Amino acid sequence: MQVFTCPFCGPRDETEFHFAAEAGKKRPIPAEAVTDDEWADYLYMNSAPRGAAREVWLHVTCGEFFLMMRNTVTREVAEITPLRGRTG
Amino acid sequence: MKRYSAFSLVTEGLRGHRGWRPAWRKADPQPGYDAVIVGGGGHGLATAYYLARNHGIRRVAVLEKGWIGGGNTGRNTTAVRSNYFYPESVALYDLALRLYEGLSRELNYNVMLSQRGMLIAAHTPAQMEICTRIANAMQLNGVDGELIGAEKALKLAPLLNRTADARYNCMGGVWQPRGGVARHDAVAWGYARAASDMGVDIIENCTVTGLLIEGGKIAGVDTDRGAIRTDRVGLAAAGATPGLAAMAGIRLPIHTYALQAFVSEPVKPILDTVLLYLGTGTYVSQSDKGELVFGGGLDRVPTHGQNGNLPAQETVISGLLEMFPAFAQLRLLRQWAGVVDVVPDSSPVIGPAGPEGLFLNCGWGTGGFKAIPAGGWLLAHLLATGSHHEISRPFDLDRFARGRLIDEAAGSGIAH
Repeated sequence: MQVFTCPFCGPRDETEFHFAAEAGKKRPIPAEAVTDDEWADYLYMNSAPRGAAREVWLHVTCGEFFLMMRNTVTREVAEITPLRGRTG
Repeated sequence: MKRYSAFSLVTEGLRGHRGWRPAWRKADPQPGYDAVIVGGGGHGLATAYYLARNHGIRRVAVLEKGWIGGGNTGRNTTAVRSNYFYPESVALYDLALRLYEGLSRELNYNVMLSQRGMLIAAHTPAQMEICTRIANAMQLNGVDGELIGAEKALKLAPLLNRTADARYNCMGGVWQPRGGVARHDAVAWGYARAASDMGVDIIENCTVTGLLIEGGKIAGVDTDRGAIRTDRVGLAAAGATPGLAAMAGIRLPIHTYALQAFVSEPVKPILDTVLLYLGTGTYVSQSDKGELVFGGGLDRVPTHGQNGNLPAQETVISGLLEMFPAFAQLRLLRQWAGVVDVVPDSSPVIGPAGPEGLFLNCGWGTGGFKAIPAGGWLLAHLLATGSHHEISRPFDLDRFARGRLIDEAAGSGIAH
């Protein structure tokens, strides 16, 4: 069992968390000008990096979204930062 | 190539088995090929075989960073079946199953296909409705699928828990008689041997470090054993595909997860079908050696590590014991994991990657083994002709932009 640290609740079991998305995706705007390819890229396409990753995670039990930097091979967590208050 | 037969076995036996030769050539990379396939698993080796056999293209290299069949081909639970929902999927997976049915003879290599049947079992009325829907869809698609009740299901798997307090009392399910298991290593080795015999170079311990793109076309690959020129490259590398595609600046709709599998210590025959229980998500069969081979859903943390984590193990094993309390006496022999390439609609991605001459065969997620002959057949068609086979067309990467997803996660209840 791996333990992740929710910025709001503190350390909790991995089963309470859900991987949400790779970080850094920018929703294309304005909607009426977005092509099918741009929209598909935003919705579906990923890097799935081997090694260092920067991801958005959800602590399901409290609803907190946060940023997690971790290694996808060793599973080591480098850094967790809250997303609250961020606009971009 | 020396043909394998009962006669050759007896003759070699009388000679003390000193005359056997390696089944395929160990090759060194040449400066150029007509086609290069990245990934020496079942899909890559099958692609090389069908390139040579169906299309007469024999100057082909299969590049494998480790040893052939050492990735997901050697890490799955060996089940083969075609009990899917959408016509596109059934066409694809039943092509694979039909090719599997003739594969031992075709390759002159015993892949130990055992069509012992597969049961998707239900324990609630709602699940029985889902099973009815799947069985109807299979029949409409011309595949053997049959809705069966509790009595027949319990005959097929007599050790299923049927006590009064059983949490998942079996009500029946979908039965596919042509489903079964095949020896996973033999599938890789059989394709390797037959491809090598037709001139394909199988190059192990060769890692691709770059894709050479010139003027919007693929021109070759860089490897840790030198550059190789070619104008056709096929990627068949499962969880490693996103990293390879990134070398050409291509992003894919893939997340990578660990999928675990387990074997128990061997016991006498107790289960002669492949069983998937909808209520637990656990599936199990018994190997020819007597081990119970079982697995379940994905680990929930995306990873590239070929190891599994405890929560998924607990879910799978507790599911198995709910179904078969008697199995609690068994000891676990081994546990392992493979890195699987999961896409949002749980259907593979087969088709052009972008740059001319670069093609994909990935996104099989948890179900790549059963599809090996079809994946190879279709990627070979793409590499040889530059265009889709009618069966692979719906699985093109463009379905994500066109909104034509083939959502087997919803259609046939795939666990991810």
